[in-house]
Amino acid sequence: MLAYLWNLLDLVLASLVVALGWAAVASTDLRRGVVLFIAFGLLLAIIWARLNAPDLALAEAAIGAGLSGALLLAALRDEPATVDDIAYKQGPVSWATGLLSLVVGGAFAWALLHAHSAADPMRLADQVSTHLEQSGVSNPVTAVLLNYRAYDTLLELAVLLAAVLGIIAVGQARPAYRPAGPLFGALVGWLVPLLIVTGGYLLWVGAHAPGGAFQAGALLAGAAVMLRLGGNPGAGLPSAVTQRWLLVSGVGVFIAVGLIVTVDGHAFLQYPHNGSGMLILLIESAATLAIATTLALAYIGGTAPVGQDVAPGEEFKNQGLSD
Amino acid sequence: MLATGLIYNMAGVALFALGLRAAVLHRALLGRVLAINVCGAGVFMVFVALAYQGPGQVADAVPHALVLTGIVVAVSATALALALGRSLRESGDE
Repeated sequence: MLAYLWNLLDLVLASLVVALGWAAVASTDLRRGVVLFIAFGLLLAIIWARLNAPDLALAEAAIGAGLSGALLLAALRDEPATVDDIAYKQGPVSWATGLLSLVVGGAFAWALLHAHSAADPMRLADQVSTHLEQSGVSNPVTAVLLNYRAYDTLLELAVLLAAVLGIIAVGQARPAYRPAGPLFGALVGWLVPLLIVTGGYLLWVGAHAPGGAFQAGALLAGAAVMLRLGGNPGAGLPSAVTQRWLLVSGVGVFIAVGLIVTVDGHAFLQYPHNGSGMLILLIESAATLAIATTLALAYIGGTAPVGQDVAPGEEFKNQGLSD
Repeated sequence: MLATGLIYNMAGVALFALGLRAAVLHRALLGRVLAINVCGAGVFMVFVALAYQGPGQVADAVPHALVLTGIVVAVSATALALALGRSLRESGDE
């Protein structure tokens, strides 16, 4: 009986998420679409929690809904404010694309149904749980990310670095926001320290419970976004040179650790059995800072203008830029 | 097989297909970026639904790790796409 109730909930959540996704992309008003997309991200976080994926729920709530939403909203501000009635291409191309998507989706669904009917799938999960004790951490997701598949994570940090280099290369920082009023200022004063402490907690707890470098970095970046919205043009980031060092620290420390263990006769990134927990924490701390700086710079849209704190008389200049 | 996994698998496929269609058909760059994000969310959902092993069971951590990196890469790719679009528009205005 209980299982039926859960399945009913699943059906409701699944149809809701598809409807929200549809509404977000089908909306002719982009602003509306972005707001629907943020709601879509929050619903995804709930679904990840339902599917026993708390690590993902944390990351989705912070990144998928929070930071992506902030990014898209900031991009909307640059967008010329015209509501296009014909946001979609019309005519035969529309039909052809619809048909093509149906065919691709149908093939995808067929393949998945086929996979579902396979009797006893081979899973890597057994391997993960068998060797968990040797990995140095007890959260299986962290073990996969930082130990078993450390190469993937190293290259993923390199992808982040490449993306932020691209952003710095093509873009000037977006114009700053005007200083916030006392109410929002007080809120920022409360929330930013709280976000930093929570980020540190998530980084530490990631070794044995849901959390880790990605979630912690996203929270720190969230703190930077709040600071910038509160009128701090540099979003609380350090000087330009320090920013560069922070950006490369994730990949740099990862490679350095990988190379140092080879001195001891291990392969690249093959941690020694005792002390792998410490090495993972070291890598994760550097990765947290790198991810936070990357995401904050991505939000700003270029190198942060440091040291240009708004002088009292200049507020109105910025106001002109921001509105 | 688990009904729960199947339900979310199919929802993921639906999101993928409708995101794909909108990514091709949208005129505005921002709309396309949004559609590609929805498309990616569909793929993530398929992965997480496949990792689910029933109530009370620990889910498969390998797809979770893949999706976690995927979420972070998706947001940085979104940011890069938006930055490119902005500089494209600025150079077009001149």
